[in-house]
Amino acid sequence: MSAPLLEVDDLHIEFRTRGSTVSAVNGLSYTLDEGETLAILGESGSGKSVSAQAVMGILDSPPAHVTKGAVRFRGTDLLGLPEKRRRAYRGARIAMIFQDALSALNPVHRVGDQIAEMLIVHRKMSRGDARKSAVELMDRVRIPSAASRAGDFPHQFSGGMRQRVMIAMALALEPDVLIADEPTTALDVTVQAQIMKLLSELQDEMAMGLILITHDLGVVADVADRIALMYAGRVVEEAGVRDLYARPAHPYAEGLLASVPRIDVRGRALTPIKGAPPNLAAIPAGCPFHPRCPRARDRCSTEVPELRVVSAGADPGAAPAVAGGSAHRSACHYAEEVAGG
Amino acid sequence: MWRYVVRRLLQMVPVLIGTTLLIYLAVFALPGDPIRVLGGDKPMPPAVYNALRHHYHLDEPLIVQYGKYLWGLVHGDFGQTLSGQAVSDVLKTDWSVTARLALTAWIFEMVVGIALGVWAGRRKGGVADTVVLSGTTMVIAIPTFVLAYSAQLLFGLKLGWFPTAGTDDGWPYSYLLPGIVLGSANLAYVARLTRTSLVENFRSDYVRTAVAKGLSRRRVLVRHTLRNSLIPVVTFLGIDLGSLMAGTIVIEGIFNLPGIGGQIFNAIQIKDGPTVVGIATLLVLVYLFANLVVDILYGVLDPRIRYE
Repeated sequence: MSAPLLEVDDLHIEFRTRGSTVSAVNGLSYTLDEGETLAILGESGSGKSVSAQAVMGILDSPPAHVTKGAVRFRGTDLLGLPEKRRRAYRGARIAMIFQDALSALNPVHRVGDQIAEMLIVHRKMSRGDARKSAVELMDRVRIPSAASRAGDFPHQFSGGMRQRVMIAMALALEPDVLIADEPTTALDVTVQAQIMKLLSELQDEMAMGLILITHDLGVVADVADRIALMYAGRVVEEAGVRDLYARPAHPYAEGLLASVPRIDVRGRALTPIKGAPPNLAAIPAGCPFHPRCPRARDRCSTEVPELRVVSAGADPGAAPAVAGGSAHRSACHYAEEVAGG
Repeated sequence: MWRYVVRRLLQMVPVLIGTTLLIYLAVFALPGDPIRVLGGDKPMPPAVYNALRHHYHLDEPLIVQYGKYLWGLVHGDFGQTLSGQAVSDVLKTDWSVTARLALTAWIFEMVVGIALGVWAGRRKGGVADTVVLSGTTMVIAIPTFVLAYSAQLLFGLKLGWFPTAGTDDGWPYSYLLPGIVLGSANLAYVARLTRTSLVENFRSDYVRTAVAKGLSRRRVLVRHTLRNSLIPVVTFLGIDLGSLMAGTIVIEGIFNLPGIGGQIFNAIQIKDGPTVVGIATLLVLVYLFANLVVDILYGVLDPRIRYE
């Protein structure tokens, strides 16, 4: 079996400011295959966006530093590449869309030009050809009357249309991996659904791997194949979507699911997770979740639990199993107990 | 857009009337009698004195004097100086000297200021940033006249690179040294403003997007950061052109340039109302037009701003 499309291996990221070091990502590992949708789920501060920025190579450094680990794209370690070669991957092989399209698009350039720029820079296309392709791309993301709207500025679009422009720009070079960092958080619920539908349709057409970063359990349920749940900069549970929703094997996942209203279980009081997310400058010893965990025992405050396979996984919707792609993993000493109810 | 320009031009009328009236009143309130000053040490026969007072409308009520002045202004007549010259002739020669000086300073502070700001702002906290920040602080701290005399001594006398005084070598050579001195303090502000604005914009989401698009550092800087960063700089530069013209008085004195700075100084001393008001009115006009140009440039730099 050849190397996976994208492999993040034991990634560590620190933010260093005068006098303090914050560990944002602490040994993050995951893989992504062609045509697969991986949802990375976590609260703010769990390291999900930062790790995605490291994959893109757009971390603000300083203060952020990758201290350990690798990001391999089809076997090539991107972190070891010189900036110039790295740039050939950025946007072209791995593209990214952001949460707030209004601030993520340049306010002073026409949207058509912002899309065309990808083709001019990476493919050395002429300005005229690139503009034509930009209109085609806008058509493809279903922006009505694309030809005339290409000359408009970002502030002249609605929120949903702006996110479509972002998507058109990201897909201009037909990337193999698309990272969507909370692509629908800033949008209305109805528009959210349209954008998610568009993303999954485009993903099917282009057979690209999609990483969906979100804190919204609802958004991922329909579109993701697998979920990686992050806490304090690590994956604490990884499983096929249905698997994870049906049999969470980490107390954090359990807690998250108990804190969302569900239409099929009515009349039940919501139980929030007690406590606050960990201070990343002083992550608790042992399992980082233990101060908030209702199942914590002595062992949890001393011994860091490894991410380990709990069951083979039986998710019918999962992508063809690649090296245990749909296996259910958990980083809890008592995963079996949690999964068993 | 054109409606906007016309409206702005119309708005200038009350501003212009207000400022000229204020200046007119201020000159009127100055102690001393201009006709007596005109006579110098010699006593003046009452008939001559009264005739002169009548000639300059000084025997009429202030509001009538002002009205007559304004009426002349509308017809392009700036009136006469107390020595009988047309104010417009005085303005023509002196104004061109000051305009050249101010323009030299302005171009200098714009080009060098923005360049230094970009150099510093590309990397916050880097060597260039430190050099520019401390250098500009120093320039701001030094009084202009100290800078002027030092430059005159060093570059004019010792090194002989530039003429020390006068306008004999014409533009731009004669104006280079005084222009650089005049523009240096504001250059520091331009550089700092550009730098801060750039640093701020580098943190913005759309610059992150530009990097994520796989663009080169240079392209990210020039196409995606600089234009957005220049908006506050343009504001400053526009208003600054006006203040440079008004601020030439010290520099003109030191470098012996016959501009409006020296002229207005003399005019105030001899209570030469028409000259003072004429020069001040022109300065006000320059300010107003500079502001209009800045506001129109906003719309060019930032498409989110549109004029009704």
